[in-house]
Amino acid sequence: MATIEKDSVSGQNTTGHEWDGIKELNTPLPKWWVYVFWATVVWAVAYWFLYPSWPTVNGYLKGSLGYSSRGELANELDIQKKARSAWLSKIEASDVAAIEQDKDLLRYAMAGGKIAFNENCAACHGVGGVGAYGFPTLADDEWLWGGTLADIEQTIKFGVRNTNKDSRQSEMPKFGADGLLKDDQISAVADYVLSLASKAPAKGSAGETVFTENCVVCHGEDGSGQAALGAPALNNQIWLYKGTKDAIVAQVTKPKHGNMPAWSERLEPSTIKMLAVYVHNLGGGK
Amino acid sequence: MASPKIDPTLKKAAADGDAPLYAETVMIHPRTVKGTFRTWKWAAVAVLLAVYHLSPFLRWDRGPGAPSQAILVDMVGRRGYFFFLEIWPQEVYYLTGLLFIAAIALFFMSSLAGRVWCGFFCFQTVYTDLFMLVERLVVGDRAKRMALDRAPWSADKFGKKAVINLVWLVIAASCGVGFTLFFGDAPTMLTDIVTGNESAAVYGAIGVVGGACFLLAGYAREQVCLYMCPYSRFQSAMFDEHSLIIGYEEWRGEPRKPVRKGDSFENRGHCIDCRMCVTVCPTGIDIRDGIQMGCIGCALCIDACDAMMDKYKLPRGLITWDSIANQAARAAGGKGNIRLVRPRTIIYVALITLVGGLIVFSLASRKTTELNVLHERSPLYVQMSSGAIRNGYVLKVLNMVRQDRTFVLEVGGIDGATLSVVGGESNARSAELKVSPDVIGTYNVFVNAPLSALQGKRTPLVFTLRETSEGKVTRAESLFAAPDK
Repeated sequence: MATIEKDSVSGQNTTGHEWDGIKELNTPLPKWWVYVFWATVVWAVAYWFLYPSWPTVNGYLKGSLGYSSRGELANELDIQKKARSAWLSKIEASDVAAIEQDKDLLRYAMAGGKIAFNENCAACHGVGGVGAYGFPTLADDEWLWGGTLADIEQTIKFGVRNTNKDSRQSEMPKFGADGLLKDDQISAVADYVLSLASKAPAKGSAGETVFTENCVVCHGEDGSGQAALGAPALNNQIWLYKGTKDAIVAQVTKPKHGNMPAWSERLEPSTIKMLAVYVHNLGGGK
Repeated sequence: MASPKIDPTLKKAAADGDAPLYAETVMIHPRTVKGTFRTWKWAAVAVLLAVYHLSPFLRWDRGPGAPSQAILVDMVGRRGYFFFLEIWPQEVYYLTGLLFIAAIALFFMSSLAGRVWCGFFCFQTVYTDLFMLVERLVVGDRAKRMALDRAPWSADKFGKKAVINLVWLVIAASCGVGFTLFFGDAPTMLTDIVTGNESAAVYGAIGVVGGACFLLAGYAREQVCLYMCPYSRFQSAMFDEHSLIIGYEEWRGEPRKPVRKGDSFENRGHCIDCRMCVTVCPTGIDIRDGIQMGCIGCALCIDACDAMMDKYKLPRGLITWDSIANQAARAAGGKGNIRLVRPRTIIYVALITLVGGLIVFSLASRKTTELNVLHERSPLYVQMSSGAIRNGYVLKVLNMVRQDRTFVLEVGGIDGATLSVVGGESNARSAELKVSPDVIGTYNVFVNAPLSALQGKRTPLVFTLRETSEGKVTRAESLFAAPDK
């Protein structure tokens, strides 16, 4: 039976249980531990009153400090916004050319533009404007719609081939699919385009005739393109849809056309300005 | 030990070989002692506390816009200031060198004269001395303090303990505040701290440092030296038989015997077993047991013993700084000698000189400009409509002086390569970079190179940066990426 006795060594009571002569001490919890335990209880109760705690039928107890993590975030965002507003209002008030002239504004626009670019543009154009098949490289000096600061800003604002009324619009005819050119003509003009690209135009070839009759209107006699129409230059090794003969034939037969959203419908004017400056300074700006 | 009160049942159990392995620690209340070493110790306390608390207020003019505090660790601005020196984060190896010298100096000191650091200069010792002084002023000396500890709780006991703890808290808080003042402009920070305008981080730091001071110097005391401090553990490894340590001259003291008035000191040792050396010991050891880990080398037992020796007209130095070899020589009837120059001490001095020399040399030849080149990886390279290849780089120019400087950047290693800087020159042979004082100037630079001048996928190239006023040149190597030929 349970007989509680005092242990002679430690001076503590035993639990009264005995197993084969082994008795267990009933040592009380250390005092400091008990105090800390009660302190946490007090802390918890105080917390209920100060901070949001218990759910109620229609919501929750808000606590007397009025704290909420959403509120804290909103507060922090507000502080950030205020810190930025001085710069952003300056950028909004300046035109893009003036931003590039001002060293401090340029630095801010490059940093802000980089972030906006990575968030909005890099999905298609790649980080740093590296480009991809069908998505033009923005780091080189060939521009479909012009590479001046104003051109770039215009393109970002209104986009390409979208529903915005100011959007860049143009389409290359489907020379093959609509029967405008025969297969052998297309093949010949593709050969001529390749000769243009390697800077050794095949003068007097059948392809040149086809090119002169059908393509020079937009792409120019020497194949240097025309930014106003979004007609790419053909006299260099930069290709949007690959520079093999097969790819050129496919493009002439049934052209692919990229499009781009009008970012003025989605982004702040200051962001668009920063983006224009950033893209203009990716290496190919004119 | 300051005879801890032991439960009689425990004594019985100990006799039966049945004692628990755990023994509760008993607060040590050392007796106050007067003497040479006690005076030196007070001097050390005063000097060290003065250095600690006053040095943040030393000023050093570095010109407009720069902090004027002589010793400052600017975490936000990422600079370390030490009088004429301004260290950037990447130069933290100077601190490593300093810590190395400090460690070797500790070894050197230990091999020469035992644990003088622990006994005189360690902050644990300094603050423990200070905290014990508070106890003595409020309660009294050893006997009164022990009596108060034993006494049941009463208004008097509570009042005295409260006063002690309050004064301790004030000292501990000033310790914490003193620490934080090295991390900001001391006068403004001090005002802000006192008026409650400092950041939570600063108050947190004061709480942590001050709290540690309060607990370690107020309650943990010698436990810190015995169980927490790693240095006290390995300092004995620096000792050899020639190290001067605090020791009891056993050959002279034994056999010890209490003395009565008129007793002669013939045919007996000089130790009168008065236990003064034990009662003054801040770690509660008996130095007569020989060298031991608990001894922090504070030399207070020397003061205590010398006083007794004077009283009995015996020569001083029954407990003294002496080497083990000397003691053995004297015990054998010879005359010891002190050997300070030993292989061990020579090696330590050589190491300190070497590392100190390296630091001085690297400080003297310290560069004030650094150029870091980061090759742009997206895109790795771009082909231009002309067929030329262009690579992008981010150049970081570290202007480590406090004045505007202009650099001329050139690129070498590739024939016909040209430079363009965003917001500056384009397609030029060289570009001018202006860098503000004490900052890292960041520049986006493009290098254009004709395909014919490139050696396939990677071509080495070198950026050279010439400072215009002094003409010093800094170089940085990088690579130029191109499509495989």
